[in-house]
Amino acid sequence: MKRYLCVLSAVVILVSSAAAQEMRTAFVGAKIIPIVGQPIENGFILVHNGKIIDIGNAAGRSFTADTVIIDVKGKVIMPGLVDTHSHIGEVAGADGSGPIQPEIRTLDSINARASSIQRAQAGGITVANIMPGSGHLDSGQTLYVKLRDGAKKIDDILIYDSDGRYMGGIKFANGTNSIRSSGGWPGTRAKSAALVRERFIKAQEYKAKIEKAAGDPDKMPARDLALETLVEVLEGKRVVHHHTHRHDDILTVLRLQKEFGFRVVLQHVSEAWKVADEIAAAGVPSSIILVDAPGGKLETTDIKWLNGAALEKAGALVGFHTDDYITDSRYFLRQAGFAVRAGMSREMALYGMTMAGAKMLDLDDRLGSLEKGKDADIIILSGDPLSVYTNILETWVDGKKVFDRSNAEDYLIAVGGYGAGNDRLIHIDCFDGDLGGGE
Amino acid sequence: MKAEISLSGTTGRFAAQAAILVLLLACASFAQIAVKGETVYTMDGRAIKDGVILTNNGKIEAVGTAANVRIPPNYKVVTARIVTPGLIDAHSVIGLAGYLNQPHDQMQVEESSPMQPELRAIDAYNAREELISWVRSLGVTMIHTGHAPAALISGQTMIAKTTGDSVEEATVVPTAMVAVTIGQGSMNSGGKPPGTSAKQAAMLREMLIKASGYGKKEDAARDLKLEIMKKVLEKELPLLVTAHRATDIMTAIRIAKEFDIKIVIDGASDAHMVLEEIKESGFSVILHPTMYRAGGETENLSMATASKLKAAGIPFAIQSGYETYVPKTRVVLFEAAALVKFGMSMEDALRTVTIDAAKILGMDGRTGSIAVGKDADLAMFDGDPLEYSTHCIGTMIDGKLVSTQIR
Repeated sequence: MKRYLCVLSAVVILVSSAAAQEMRTAFVGAKIIPIVGQPIENGFILVHNGKIIDIGNAAGRSFTADTVIIDVKGKVIMPGLVDTHSHIGEVAGADGSGPIQPEIRTLDSINARASSIQRAQAGGITVANIMPGSGHLDSGQTLYVKLRDGAKKIDDILIYDSDGRYMGGIKFANGTNSIRSSGGWPGTRAKSAALVRERFIKAQEYKAKIEKAAGDPDKMPARDLALETLVEVLEGKRVVHHHTHRHDDILTVLRLQKEFGFRVVLQHVSEAWKVADEIAAAGVPSSIILVDAPGGKLETTDIKWLNGAALEKAGALVGFHTDDYITDSRYFLRQAGFAVRAGMSREMALYGMTMAGAKMLDLDDRLGSLEKGKDADIIILSGDPLSVYTNILETWVDGKKVFDRSNAEDYLIAVGGYGAGNDRLIHIDCFDGDLGGGE
Repeated sequence: MKAEISLSGTTGRFAAQAAILVLLLACASFAQIAVKGETVYTMDGRAIKDGVILTNNGKIEAVGTAANVRIPPNYKVVTARIVTPGLIDAHSVIGLAGYLNQPHDQMQVEESSPMQPELRAIDAYNAREELISWVRSLGVTMIHTGHAPAALISGQTMIAKTTGDSVEEATVVPTAMVAVTIGQGSMNSGGKPPGTSAKQAAMLREMLIKASGYGKKEDAARDLKLEIMKKVLEKELPLLVTAHRATDIMTAIRIAKEFDIKIVIDGASDAHMVLEEIKESGFSVILHPTMYRAGGETENLSMATASKLKAAGIPFAIQSGYETYVPKTRVVLFEAAALVKFGMSMEDALRTVTIDAAKILGMDGRTGSIAVGKDADLAMFDGDPLEYSTHCIGTMIDGKLVSTQIR
């Protein structure tokens, strides 16, 4: 009997989910901040099959009978937030065996059910660049993920490019974090740069061998996971996300970038305000973080909230990151608020939370703004995104609701409390009770 | 002569305000200043619209509406949109912990032994620490700081104003509490005690039993540890007990009852699970920072706990806490601000870092609200003090403008 019910309910689920796919969803009446284009006071967004199929003024707009209407009057809608540097998902990267480990994939370490991922959803984050740490010159490959709901395994949150490859960058770091003065590790900044240059030169040679082989398998060099990855970097297929704090370290990154021609996003850039013009002239984007006080390490004694405004003024692209667990993903929007506090424009602060981040992750053609044809990654807010009084009410990814503050389980994640730190529970309808994550 | 100085700046007017700054510094030494605020949150009754505060010789001389309080002609006038009492951080480690985070500026925990109540905070407090001027520029005028929640008894705490060039100038109360930590924060490993929370309780009880016999025999040698713990037993000093797990909070209350001592429950991530027990104990809570990281023994922390403590009628304040990396300190202004997201009103949130904090520290007789006779400790803002984009534009301590940074 139970098995019969199970089969039956599976059929019902299949039928209803197929039907749900056909249904259109219209969010009607909110103030919409599309990021690209002017805000719409009384707007609508029409979603179908995970994409935005229309957006505009709601006045006088009617919808077909099969459209699910969601009344969002009095609320504010903007694109899902893009966190360009996070450590959610219990991510691990390179180990202590060496300072440069490009072959390491964070893909092989992330727990897609971790509560930290759910907290990010509660913070309105729909896309994150999950990075390994900064204790290495190169701690491995980063992973761009979409925080889809009900993920059981890493595959469920991956993002694929047009060639069908899952997307990610690579993490590099300079400055003191990766200086260890013991076997194989750099003891100075100059040594750090030399080690990185040596490895990139090897990758250039490896790339030349591959090119020379011209597709002939007998002439191909032996596979080398590390060099293969760095070749992707040299070819611009994999962006370097470079941890860097001090002004001189920032300039070192720009120097190496020029030498090897890789694509880079400067991460943290605590002293960006000192070299904002140089950063802008290099045409390199920056992902900044605003913390509550300076210090905590020597390289962040001169960090300023002013970084956003200084880079904006210089004409550089500015995004933001949580560096979760340095700052809590649930407070990501607060960083834009603090950037504005220090003189950044509201427009560019909100752009930085969304579209700028999408650009840094090569995702701006499909998300980061609310436009026809883009992914239906949206957040619904109770008010001005830059106000402390505002709460994130709902988060939607690919047209599906992944966080709802009015739902008790989701509220627990948003606010905290007993059990909030547990991994996501997986509900299986075919059994009595809850298996708590069983398959 | 009456010089009118506007402190009501907004973003983009930094240059003009820099010019004002020079004027302000010039009046930093004025003994008599009138502070005008479009709204004055006194934390002593209702907010005053179009308010005036007269300060004279470091004290608040008068407070009321502009219609009722006449500004004498020889007073310097400072204007801000919003004026609040100087903010009070009910528990910090700054001054002992410095912003460089290098061994030479990290004096908040001494690891040679798990119980060192004899360690005085005043012997380690650096009044010129950058983190102190940082929080001062964000309206914080008083801190309860000292040894960190990182040993079973890590040492003493002190209360200071965030001003002065020396510990002597800054100190208000040289020994305020004795810092005790039950749980993960003070746990040792590798056979070095304490290795469990039960061992922590046993060691603490043994220390208190030993102290109860101290001073009974004449000619007994002085013992700095027991001298302090004796004061705890005599209720002259409270224990500041950092405990996050519900079981550890209950252990703190159990020991306090056994020895009939005063404690303040600190951290208290699980407080929402034992509200009735805390209420019944009669003890106050210095709650974890609102945005504190959840994990390990703080995994159950809830950002709504403050609202629940309020509803239960339990006296509590918000703290900046102890940070070991980046950022090196939190700021109570921001931790109080976050409370408005979880059901607390703006004024109630402000109370957790002004008058309510003052009460727990026993400082409400001289600060924590804007009332006649209290210290002239004020924070000035160009808008809602809790809002992200508002700036703190001035801080006054003992009648002196000690910060005019626009931050």
